[in-house]
Amino acid sequence: MEFISQHPVLVVSLVKIVILLLVALTTLAYLTWFERKVVAHIQSRWGPYYVGAHGLLQPLADGVKFLFKEDVTPPSSDKLLYILAPFLALSLALTTLALIPFGPATIYIFGQPTKLIIANVDVSLLFLFAITSIGVYGVALAGWSSNSKYPLLGGLRSSAQMISYEVAMTLSVVGVLLVAGSFNFNEIIEHQAGYYWNFIPRWHVVPQIVGFLCYMTCAVAETNRVPFDLPEGETELVAGFHTEYSSFKFAMFFMAEYANMITVSCLATILFFGGWLSPFPDSWMWTQYIPGAGLLLLGIYLAYDTVRNMRGIARMQLAVVTILSLGIGALCLLPSVMPVVQGPFWFLSKVLVILFFYVLTRGTLPRFRYDQLMAFGWKLLLPVSLVNLVATAAWFVYGWVKQG
Amino acid sequence: MTAVPISYYLVLSAVLFGLGVVAFVFKRNIITIFMAIELMLNAVNLAFVAFARAHNQLDGLVFVFFVIVVAAAEAAVGLAIVITIVQNRESLNIERINLLKF
Amino acid sequence: MSLPFILFFVFAFIAVMGAVLLILAHEPIHSALALILVMVSLAVLYLLLGAEFIAAVQIIVYAGAIMVLFVFVIMLLNAGVEERTNWSKIAKYAGLPLGIFLLLELAHFLARSGAGATTANGPGASNAAFSTRALSELLFQKYLFPFEATSILILIAILGALVLAKKDS
Repeated sequence: MEFISQHPVLVVSLVKIVILLLVALTTLAYLTWFERKVVAHIQSRWGPYYVGAHGLLQPLADGVKFLFKEDVTPPSSDKLLYILAPFLALSLALTTLALIPFGPATIYIFGQPTKLIIANVDVSLLFLFAITSIGVYGVALAGWSSNSKYPLLGGLRSSAQMISYEVAMTLSVVGVLLVAGSFNFNEIIEHQAGYYWNFIPRWHVVPQIVGFLCYMTCAVAETNRVPFDLPEGETELVAGFHTEYSSFKFAMFFMAEYANMITVSCLATILFFGGWLSPFPDSWMWTQYIPGAGLLLLGIYLAYDTVRNMRGIARMQLAVVTILSLGIGALCLLPSVMPVVQGPFWFLSKVLVILFFYVLTRGTLPRFRYDQLMAFGWKLLLPVSLVNLVATAAWFVYGWVKQG
Repeated sequence: MTAVPISYYLVLSAVLFGLGVVAFVFKRNIITIFMAIELMLNAVNLAFVAFARAHNQLDGLVFVFFVIVVAAAEAAVGLAIVITIVQNRESLNIERINLLKF
Repeated sequence: MSLPFILFFVFAFIAVMGAVLLILAHEPIHSALALILVMVSLAVLYLLLGAEFIAAVQIIVYAGAIMVLFVFVIMLLNAGVEERTNWSKIAKYAGLPLGIFLLLELAHFLARSGAGATTANGPGASNAAFSTRALSELLFQKYLFPFEATSILILIAILGALVLAKKDS
């Protein structure tokens, strides 16, 4: 116990890290479920349905399958790099989550007051870009160490694509920096408080709409998702840079891709959509009940679904989910928990909307050819982001908007 | 908590610079020699930042910024030259690149 | 042993190990990875010295762009195992000990110099991190001309690299 009182910061940080890792890995797993369901519904079919109720145990089944597959290592490959690449990709993708603020409230862990963020650095935006720029190595080294033509080509193409779109991504965010006046995420979010004409929230997406569109396109390209996933498309390059990987290492690349998706969505939420700010004015006190009420409504719908449609073991599983949902909904209505849960609830729902957009583009758009992709990044997005930057700076110089 | 004395950083910078010189002199692959140059530049950057802290002035950081930028430009052009030479000589060994005419 | 000392020694050790690995590696790709390790540990040391912006710029530009360029060139040229030449006797038996002696002598005199011991805890020092705003003011006011000159330098470097790497058709 005195260890806790002598090193309070360390213990509290460790607890937050463990909680965040568990939440992040679970979200990752259920993001795959979400994607498969949405893409299936776009294609007029059901998606995972049988493994658990509504396919909710599908990620668990996938995880078990990955663990039990045979681990084939190609011969004469560089063993150190072969093992290092997926670890690097996954650990960097998860490290960026340490910088993200989930809410403004102060919570108490072991009696220590602490904010809902693991590392509150002054230049957190720069660090996030630094970590994503090292993520290129995971892909390049995976391609090289597989000692085979398709992965090498896929790895080189993929890393060239990532570094090209990284430049445009960084520049499109500088407009937000000019408007907000700080690199720190908390200050950027606090700059977005307030309302235009008392009902449109003062989020950065309104003055920086071009920056947002440019950022979103670059983020989709940066995470190697459709329509920019030529380097890992199955009809193009077998499976690109992760052809020669099997079982758990492949699962790590897979998780790293989804973790990168979550990170850029969180960044888009913080920079452009107000982070943990509620879209409703603070004076409307009834909006504090929305998290709890929303979860309770979800629980009631699930209860209806359990009773009417499910049979057998799926019924029991869905009943568990119903009780869980109703329980958390009731917990959010408690007066001591309610102010704490506001920030994370709005943040996570905005991230979910952006992830839904990601999955929607995956289900609808065809993919770019590689030269079209590179031309798009260098010849269109980079000049657009530069023009956005110059226009924002000119806007400030002529004094139309006061700098934050 | 007392801060680390600046001389520790200077010693580390000297050690890294020395190791960069050793790599530059003893290695045969032209790309590795380039990387030794980058190592030497990094050691110098560390010395600049240490002195910026010692005198509490930001000019050292501005110098570091310019050194990084110039190193980027130099690496780009240098590697382009290396690619051109290797395409003509078919070898990355600098002992083979010792004639001024092709 | 307070926390800054522990962090300094750990990351200084990692940096020196990375530099030694650069020298001892058989393949250029391993040397490149060792150099990336050196750069990242130097970025942590910059953080210890309070230069947050420079640490981030070091990782974004140096470790995240310049070294990616090196790794690409190594992969494109398919640089395999390096040829080893035997060191001459002079280099092995006289050169290496003399080199190490030079290094130790330099380190000894730097450690005893006045630059280090007084200013770290003296009246002029403070432990506050350098602010990015002050750095940018310095960069755009006092050092504006070098800044614009380096932008032209980068333009020339891009043109040069393009011309050199183009195939003669």
